[in-house]
Amino acid sequence: MSALYGLMAEFDDPKAVVEAAEAARMAGYRKMDAYSPYPIEALSEALALPKSHVAKICLAGGIFGLAAGYGLQYWSSVIEYPMNIGGRPFHSWVAFIPPAYETTILFAAFSAVLGMLALNGLPQPYHPVFNVPAFAGASRDKFFLCIEAEDPLFDVEKTRAFLAAQPGVAAVEEVQP
Amino acid sequence: MTNATHPVPPALERMLTPTLALGVGALAVCGLGAMQSVEQFLRSYLFAFFFWVSVPIGALGLLMIQHLSGGRWGALLRRFFEAWSRTLPFALVLFLPVLLGYAKIYPWAHPAEGDRIVAHKALYLNGAFWIGRAVFYFALWSLFAWLFSKWSAEQDRDGLTPRLSSNYQALGGGGLVALVLSVSFASIDWGMSLNPHWFSTIYGVIYLVGAAMAVMALSIVLLARFAHDEPFLHVVRKDTIHDLGKLLFAFNMLWAYTNLSQFLIIWSGNLPEEIPFYLARVNGAWGALGLFVVLFHFVVPYAILLSRDVKRSLRLLAPVAGWLVLMRLVDTYWMIGPDLAGHHGAESAAFHPHWMDVLAPLGLGALFVHLFLRQLKSRPLVPQHEAELEPEAAHAAPAHA
Repeated sequence: MSALYGLMAEFDDPKAVVEAAEAARMAGYRKMDAYSPYPIEALSEALALPKSHVAKICLAGGIFGLAAGYGLQYWSSVIEYPMNIGGRPFHSWVAFIPPAYETTILFAAFSAVLGMLALNGLPQPYHPVFNVPAFAGASRDKFFLCIEAEDPLFDVEKTRAFLAAQPGVAAVEEVQP
Repeated sequence: MTNATHPVPPALERMLTPTLALGVGALAVCGLGAMQSVEQFLRSYLFAFFFWVSVPIGALGLLMIQHLSGGRWGALLRRFFEAWSRTLPFALVLFLPVLLGYAKIYPWAHPAEGDRIVAHKALYLNGAFWIGRAVFYFALWSLFAWLFSKWSAEQDRDGLTPRLSSNYQALGGGGLVALVLSVSFASIDWGMSLNPHWFSTIYGVIYLVGAAMAVMALSIVLLARFAHDEPFLHVVRKDTIHDLGKLLFAFNMLWAYTNLSQFLIIWSGNLPEEIPFYLARVNGAWGALGLFVVLFHFVVPYAILLSRDVKRSLRLLAPVAGWLVLMRLVDTYWMIGPDLAGHHGAESAAFHPHWMDVLAPLGLGALFVHLFLRQLKSRPLVPQHEAELEPEAAHAAPAHA
């Protein structure tokens, strides 16, 4: 048998998985992830996940969109095709604001979505956690905590005993790579 | 009047006397100023009132919205909004100086010879009707405030019955329509009619958004003072603060959006009956003040409130919110100041702030906060029998259920 990807504990109750994640972090485990059918804010805190970079990517995209949208209007209305419209100045910044705002939102939204996908590593056709048959419940009504074998503290027997000792645990299963 | 069986934060008790003293003191000094110039007193007082009355009005609006939308932020601040809305009957009393002296500050009370435009509007803009409308607005708003507070007291006693829940929603929905319409008319009566030649259909919306923003910002400031004491200690949660921060951020964006809409349309049209409003406000000292408002009401707070950490921490959010309360006041001054000074569309209006323009908002604000605190203290400071605030729902609850 080749090396495991990790060990996965199954829970029926969202509270139990949060408490187990907290306990695992207290015990020194770092390389782990939890799976739930819906977002649980307390779970992200319990896992002490690092701050996501999506916000920064989104901000950068927004600033780029603002500059690009405003720049496009400036270039076309002032430099390349200056036209007298109702006697207004070529650089009619008031009228430039709504389109520049729209391109800001457009680029910020695209950066956020694409940045999120890139940082998630999606699309990802294969992930070891799906080797556990019960894992299908993660998109319905089950909660999972997976401690990965890469963790320096990982030891098949000790980690299995640790997970099995968590209150509310329904099963502990090996995750094949 | 208070049999304090419910916990009251010591910070609230400590604020009661100073706010009353400051309010009465500052307004008394303004009273002395009135002996010097009744007109100047009325101008400064109207400016102060126009801003401060927006806080209970905004509170009534947010109270209705949170009954419709639900959410933990609304449950947490419901008593704040209810207490603010119960200051509305007192606000009518505080409006008395303007009701009595309106003829000295509103130009439509004495239209210039041959001013046919204002003469045509006399059917609507005349003293008796204007006063009658003001009394009607306050009566309507006070009725709404009384009903919501009455039902809320019943919920404290008996829990949330289906009857109460449907009452909340019926008055929340129907009342919101009546509120938006009546506040729109009120803002036109009190603010826009200072220049009876000018009109803007978005004026009422701008006033309402500013009102919602003012009460949200002020509530965050006050909540930060009470958060470390019962009954708030265990119900103020980071994710709820985050929601309040997001709402403040959104109201600020909406404020900018409505103001830019008005500016863009009037600027593009460049019509002689509309553009004087901005001519008086973008040149000279008023223009500098306007630029200051754009930068420090919108741009800088916007950039600060982008940060998730600021929105999630009451300690960081409260100073930003406090600053925004001040900016709401400055923006109100920019909106009605040139017209109060009697410059209707001059190329550049003279900028002569008076000491009463500072003292009147200070005094009236302290008095409003005092009235609010007394109302807040008279009932449990968080709603009882409120599912949103039960500790059970606190841990591991879905963030977006």
